[in-house]
Amino acid sequence: MTIALARVLGLNRSKPSGRYLYRCCITFVAIVVLIAVFAPWLAPHNPNAVDLSDALAGPGRSHLLGVDADGRDTLSRLIIGARTSLLGPLGVTVLSTVAGVIIGVASAWYGGWVDSLLSRTSELLFAFPGLLLAILIVAIYGEGLLAPVVALGAAYLPYVSRLTRSLVLTEKKRPYVEACRIQGQSSLQIAMMHVLPNVAPVVLAQSTINFGYALIDLAGLSFLGLGVPPLTPDWGAMVFDGESAIQQGYPLSAFVPCIAIILTVVAFNVVGEHWADRVARREPQ
Amino acid sequence: MILTLLVASFVIFGCMYLAPGNPVSFLLSGRAANPANMQVLDAEYHLNEPFIEQYARWLGQVLHGNLGRSIEYRSSVDSLLAQRLPNTLLLVAMSLVIVLVAGLALGWLSAIRGGRTDGTILVATTVAVGTPSFVAAIILQAIFAVKLGWLPAGGTGTGFPQLAEHLILPAIALSLYLIGLLARVTRSAMLEVMEEEHVTVARSRGVPERTVVWRHVFRNSLVTVLTMSGLIISTLVVCTVLVEDAFSVNGIGSLLDLSTTTKDFPVVQAISLIFITGFMVVNFAVDLLLPVVDPRVTLGERNDAA
Repeated sequence: MTIALARVLGLNRSKPSGRYLYRCCITFVAIVVLIAVFAPWLAPHNPNAVDLSDALAGPGRSHLLGVDADGRDTLSRLIIGARTSLLGPLGVTVLSTVAGVIIGVASAWYGGWVDSLLSRTSELLFAFPGLLLAILIVAIYGEGLLAPVVALGAAYLPYVSRLTRSLVLTEKKRPYVEACRIQGQSSLQIAMMHVLPNVAPVVLAQSTINFGYALIDLAGLSFLGLGVPPLTPDWGAMVFDGESAIQQGYPLSAFVPCIAIILTVVAFNVVGEHWADRVARREPQ
Repeated sequence: MILTLLVASFVIFGCMYLAPGNPVSFLLSGRAANPANMQVLDAEYHLNEPFIEQYARWLGQVLHGNLGRSIEYRSSVDSLLAQRLPNTLLLVAMSLVIVLVAGLALGWLSAIRGGRTDGTILVATTVAVGTPSFVAAIILQAIFAVKLGWLPAGGTGTGFPQLAEHLILPAIALSLYLIGLLARVTRSAMLEVMEEEHVTVARSRGVPERTVVWRHVFRNSLVTVLTMSGLIISTLVVCTVLVEDAFSVNGIGSLLDLSTTTKDFPVVQAISLIFITGFMVVNFAVDLLLPVVDPRVTLGERNDAA
């Protein structure tokens, strides 16, 4: 579901409106993260408290965003659900970034058979789209959050490792690497101390964009009922819960998580692309 | 490619083999069984043979077009898929047309018009790229099917005209994300080409602007679009799982979801294999087509460039 950064560049060529959009988005990201961290104190009701007499009630004083078909407060589920909805993609991003950077640096730095082995393996992983790999893993290990996170981490790994590899390859030819070598620094030392900090901004920008895609994939899994366990508040699962109420002409409890997902993903994409653009402008190739 | 496919099939089969749940116990679904019956079942599904033998048997049958027997439906996987494949294929084909037409047109407009048109399209595509297909499905369903009643909310109907009508909303939901992606890629590719010298030369020689854009800019940017087609196809196919589920379309995507929950391994294996074979064939075809479209690219170069 993701695409290599090099192709997406050029979204906001630093127009003033672009910078304004970026500020809005990074503020939104910060707010969502804060809500997720402090969720238990912010939620007005117990997200799993069922009150069937109140089912499908519209927005009101005690339930700001209404009540779903099972009589649960939508706002509380949204707030608590931010935790699982962000924690999963965070796991995917951290996993794919750490492993991808290690593999990318190793294959660019050592070249030869290490490179071809690692490149072939990541090509094979490319053949499995993230969501399909995650569904396969869930089919085997059953529902839950951990298995899909590991599967998606593996699926996103090639995007990071390829990017890192090509970045390190160009970085390797720079004079400073040679200078360090003459000073007697070891390969590992040069790679960790000098090359890695130079490629880090681009890789982090890609990882920020990956976060958004991981959120999409994990929410999709929960929507299919293959992600988080039942009853856990999660945005994807909330969309699924709200689907039946749509037929009864009450779309609110499905729309609220939908909007939350779209806004969060868009915000992460804009922030990631802005960072990537900034790095690209700083170093004209 | 054949090697990659073989490895992929091995991975798929190996995963299913390692799975903790025993299909036989699921087949019996809690009923007590005497050991003799268990052995009959084991023999019928070849569950007691060594792993390599099972894999070789499965692969041999797959190559002969026999994808095994579904444990849940007690019928051959082939016939299960044959019923559903046309629905999914039509859905993917409709989405592909929508994606190509809308994506290229929006990207074109955005690059050529600039200004306010560009800004509006950029905002729209940014939102589209952040919209998962199932979210789009739910919103479209609520607005156009339930609220306005213009189109059916789900199912497939009977006969081809009804099927096509039922698939309009799913196809749009499936395309939305890719329209945004394609429009943005087309836009940046066209802007990049427009800065090249041959475009300036053509303009200075008095070639009409329309011809310049069509022949020198758009056709050159298609190379970039072509390298993306593998991604477009794989995203379309995988997201059918979500969209078919949302609109209860009877296709192989929703079958994959269903058989995953019921641990119907032969079906999961077969569908994953079909999906992955499809992606690989598309990627291979793109690799072959690239040198034809752009003679500067030699075969096998794309992997290094990407």
